[in-house]
Amino acid sequence: MKIAVCIKQVPDTEAEIKWDTQKGVLKRDSIDPITNPFDEFALEEALLTRENYDGEIVAITMGPERSSDVLRNALALTVNEVHRLTDDAFAGSDTYATASVLAAAIKKIGDVDIVFCGKQSTDGNTGVVGAELAAILGFSPLTYVSKIRTIDAANKKIVVERAIEGGTEVIEAKLPAVVSVIKGINEPRLPNLMGIRKAAKMEIPQWNADDLGVDKSKVGSAGSSTKVVEIAVPPPRGAGEILKGEIADVVNTLTDKLIDLKVIK
Amino acid sequence: MANDVWVYIEHKEGEVSPMSYELLGIGKTLANDFGSSVCAFAIGENLDNISKEAFQYGASKVYGIEGGVYKHFRAEAYSKAASFLLDKYKPEVVLFRATTQGTDIAAASAARLGFGLCTDSIGLKVEGGQLKMTRAAFGGNYTVTVVNEKAKPQIVTVRPKAFAMPEKNASASGEVVKESFALSEDELATKFVEFIKSQVTVNLVEADIIVSGGRGVGGEEGFKILKELADTLGGAVGASRAAVDSGWIPYEHQVGQTGKTVKPKIYIACGISGAIQHLAGMRTSDCIVAINKDPDAPIFKNASFGIVGDYKQVVPLLVEKFKAKLNK
Repeated sequence: MKIAVCIKQVPDTEAEIKWDTQKGVLKRDSIDPITNPFDEFALEEALLTRENYDGEIVAITMGPERSSDVLRNALALTVNEVHRLTDDAFAGSDTYATASVLAAAIKKIGDVDIVFCGKQSTDGNTGVVGAELAAILGFSPLTYVSKIRTIDAANKKIVVERAIEGGTEVIEAKLPAVVSVIKGINEPRLPNLMGIRKAAKMEIPQWNADDLGVDKSKVGSAGSSTKVVEIAVPPPRGAGEILKGEIADVVNTLTDKLIDLKVIK
Repeated sequence: MANDVWVYIEHKEGEVSPMSYELLGIGKTLANDFGSSVCAFAIGENLDNISKEAFQYGASKVYGIEGGVYKHFRAEAYSKAASFLLDKYKPEVVLFRATTQGTDIAAASAARLGFGLCTDSIGLKVEGGQLKMTRAAFGGNYTVTVVNEKAKPQIVTVRPKAFAMPEKNASASGEVVKESFALSEDELATKFVEFIKSQVTVNLVEADIIVSGGRGVGGEEGFKILKELADTLGGAVGASRAAVDSGWIPYEHQVGQTGKTVKPKIYIACGISGAIQHLAGMRTSDCIVAINKDPDAPIFKNASFGIVGDYKQVVPLLVEKFKAKLNK
């Protein structure tokens, strides 16, 4: 089986974030980068799938030089191959442009049976790239996956559980498929020291727009239909009221105030 | 009309909740600004009930595609049908709820039409004939306003409960436009097997009241106390990442950056310190109540009402008082 996994480098949400307000993009240099937390589950699921069903894993990321770190981490976890997708023309890509570049890379890898990705990134938070990728590639779209029940590699079939509102949906799908995973599907392992040392010395191969056969006018800022026009700090919530006094009085006051909202039936 | 605003009505095997119609309210506001009409559209096996109700919630027209192949929601089938409809009628704006279903069909439809989309909007307005969409980014530390210049239609997903429910007018009716989009099972790669209803009926996204617990709850037992308050108020139980990672409560209860984003009318945070990652998931709640032993906990800066105290003492008293006042 051939498994691909899409990984994104995101700013650590603990860190202060700086924007280029002119361009409406993030000043990524100013923040400590980490692997998108949801992609750690995707990577682990790829490793588990390889253990259970054999095959090889190709990890890809789209980003500048520093995003090589997330691929090095994947190499330390023993993925077989990595590619960094990078080109000046990719800068400013919206979700559709991003999914188009990722789709071109999946096609170039060739014969991919499953693409794993995280349900969303913790920076953009859009949560749609997996679904867009599946639509562009014509792969089975399997989003919000909480469990892989079985994979029948010979007959190219997969059965998964999806965590949707109010319960779990079980779906059977033909491979190839794009599987976007939620937190809790597994417990991501950590790389060992030997893996980290080995990965540190490895070359990270790059693919640019020409390598991928991507039309530069259809990606990056030029190819993106959505554009950020304003960035603002949300107004702080109104200063709250700390209810003080004897606990019985405080509870009495709070219940009155909440009942007054006319929400509780 | 070419600049109409369309609202997707989601359902599960024909079953709808009033919330499925909530976007007809903001849809109508936007349509007024564009000088056009708000229309509903749906895909399913039989849409008679949905059409009837959509008019009552304000739709002036309902577009639908029916067929046995659309009995269960499947992103693949639904987005093929939806993109056919949207390409044919090219409305100005199409609104979807930012639920799992809404997000899946919106994303796949946009990709099939070759456009980007704006997700999880919390603000929508028309300025100079252009739709401006506001959403939270980076854990709610920033809001970004986005335009979708080249796309027609502009596809938008909207955070549930971000806009007021439209009024229901039982006598309203309108024109139903049924289109056909034939799709055979053989053309589809996904098959519905079964739906397993959650034993703990947590629908945090739809809940009006959430009682949530964090590290300060101290263990599984503590969540029983919170559940009692939630049950008394007809609400749901939420949790912070710390409580979920400690194994005190399943992940489906998690609110925050790596959990669910919620916008209830009342959010009661017990033993939750208020880390940025948690605030990201609940700071747009209408009323936030914080109960925490630590008077310096950041949650108090975001709370409408705060009680400095031990939830183990406060919450049972709240249950007692509410029961007495609400005659329960």
